Amino acid sequence: MFKLEARPQASLAMRYASPAIAVVLMLIAGVVVFSALGRNPIEGFQVFFLNPMRDLNAVTELLLKATPLMLIAVGLAVGFRANVWNIGAEGQFLMGAVAATAVALAFQSSESALVLPTMVVAGAIGGALWAALPALLKTRFNANEILTSLMLVYIAQLAVSWLVFGPWRDPAGFNFPQTEMFSDAALLPMLIEGTRLNYAFILALGVLAAGYVFMERSYTGFKMRVAGESEAAARYAGYSAVTTIWIGLLAGGAAAGLAGMAEVAGPVGQLTDKISSGYGFAAIIVAFVGRLNPIGIFFASLLMALLYIGGEQAQQYLSLPASISKVFQGMLLFFLLGSDVFIQYRLRRSARQ
Amino acid sequence: MLFATIVAGTPLIITALGELVTEKSGVLNLGAEGIMAVGAVAAFAVAHDTHSTWAGVIAGMAAGAAMSLIFAVLTLTLMANQVASGLALSIFGVGLSAFVGKPYESASMVAVPPIRVPLLSDIPVIGPALFEQQSLVYLSWLLMAGVTWFLYRSRAGLVLRAVGESPSSAHSIGYPVIRIRYLATLFGGAMAGAGGAFLSVFYTPLWVEGMVAGRGWIALALVVFATWRPLRVLVGAYLFGGVMISQLFLQGSGAQIDIPSQFLSSLPYWATIVVLVIISRNVQTIRLNSPVSLGQPYRPE
Repeated sequence: MFKLEARPQASLAMRYASPAIAVVLMLIAGVVVFSALGRNPIEGFQVFFLNPMRDLNAVTELLLKATPLMLIAVGLAVGFRANVWNIGAEGQFLMGAVAATAVALAFQSSESALVLPTMVVAGAIGGALWAALPALLKTRFNANEILTSLMLVYIAQLAVSWLVFGPWRDPAGFNFPQTEMFSDAALLPMLIEGTRLNYAFILALGVLAAGYVFMERSYTGFKMRVAGESEAAARYAGYSAVTTIWIGLLAGGAAAGLAGMAEVAGPVGQLTDKISSGYGFAAIIVAFVGRLNPIGIFFASLLMALLYIGGEQAQQYLSLPASISKVFQGMLLFFLLGSDVFIQYRLRRSARQ
Repeated sequence: MLFATIVAGTPLIITALGELVTEKSGVLNLGAEGIMAVGAVAAFAVAHDTHSTWAGVIAGMAAGAAMSLIFAVLTLTLMANQVASGLALSIFGVGLSAFVGKPYESASMVAVPPIRVPLLSDIPVIGPALFEQQSLVYLSWLLMAGVTWFLYRSRAGLVLRAVGESPSSAHSIGYPVIRIRYLATLFGGAMAGAGGAFLSVFYTPLWVEGMVAGRGWIALALVVFATWRPLRVLVGAYLFGGVMISQLFLQGSGAQIDIPSQFLSSLPYWATIVVLVIISRNVQTIRLNSPVSLGQPYRPE
């Protein structure tokens, strides 16, 4: 028999090997799942995991898909490191998209170069305001931020639905639940001509860098990390728990709002009732798989984007529901959480008694 | 109105009571939303294919228990973070239910006829509302009584609470902390599965992606609202049921009011937030009532 034995020190090697182990386990599980569904596992593997990387165009699509994920995840990581559990990024994403859309629609006829920057700011503020509500309720009334931020996701979805079915519906849109297409001044310019990859990707890289500096190099970031590691230590050192909660939630909200802006002003070009494909929830997985570290998050977001596109490919070529992506995304996180045990523990053959 | 309120509150009661038992043992399972979704789809698929309601309910419970087993292995054996694992379970469950349920999206099923309790259902007004209900509604009352009895009147319940309050003391007296937490988590999962089954087999009866619509999270909030007491779960669930039904009622009443339907649909979620705020405002209430070791991993040395 084997038993788990506590390591004298947490293993740094395992800390970084664990995500790799989780990916390998997920790939194995993928083969098993395709076999169980009666599909050729090699073909399934090819379509799901390799097709999304087959040529330059596919890779730009991958980066496009990864953009909102890395934006949201780095914002969430700021909070998660401090044990501030903002689960409502999906709602903050939607409110960022709504705020940016409000600007775009108000200046539909304008060709000013200021429209786009205004939308960026509006998106960040929209998301941050939606996250400010759980922050206020947590700091003022001690209400659990997991539940309040989550409830606000459903409310945000209903608000978007109201807008696109009601006041913002495109009169020339054949009654589809969507706004008018944005004017060119309200759309993000392309990064590589002939592809859909736009400047939001550069923005996301900038936010990743800013996140890195804040979390790893700033005093406030340090204080928040202490709060996450040990609440008692933070209290003893006199670090304000209220500030930690506010920063943790506002960072996540603003980043998610930016991602929402990038989506309406990017590949979609309008607000629709299906503007998010669950990015806010997928980004939670990205944050964990990326070890709450901006560099890790960059790679984890590519991986999750791969799973998204793999699901679309599986739908197209294997006639499987696209929701198979979510199954794989969930499994990835399970495997990661499971293999993380070896950071603190190691397997030992237990002595016979 | 009263009838519909009770129906709407029932899946919340079943799920929240299961979660309450889990939390009393010190385990915080945030996966209720995902478990309900998987329970709902499993129950609908089996009930649809076998034409047996009860086979469906049992399938929902089994699926729910299986889901919570994943969570239990991660958090109890591998000592993973309970918050992260619960979230993973919710994300996974919602995705899995959409994937598995695709072929059943357009399937329909005959509604299950209610059970009339003789004599009692003849009482005017409240008779039909209380005693001409689905079998699971009656069972949810029995469950409430059963959970109350178990937690506060039985020896096993005392042990379970001891595990939740102080796992190390329970361990030193010789109780198998991890095994008890496993059982409590599986029970919670099976109940959330049954809650999902009620939604898809009795309430609607059909399967649509996303039909759980946050009820798992509302059930979690209910446990806090009820300050971990079974009877208060029942009261809270009917309050929420009432909010859900009154917004449907207002939407159904149509032209007289000029409020967008989406605003009315968001009422239960606002209500959840308001209730959480009211109950959490007093830090002492939460601290005194919540199981002390809630969410903390425990490893017997």
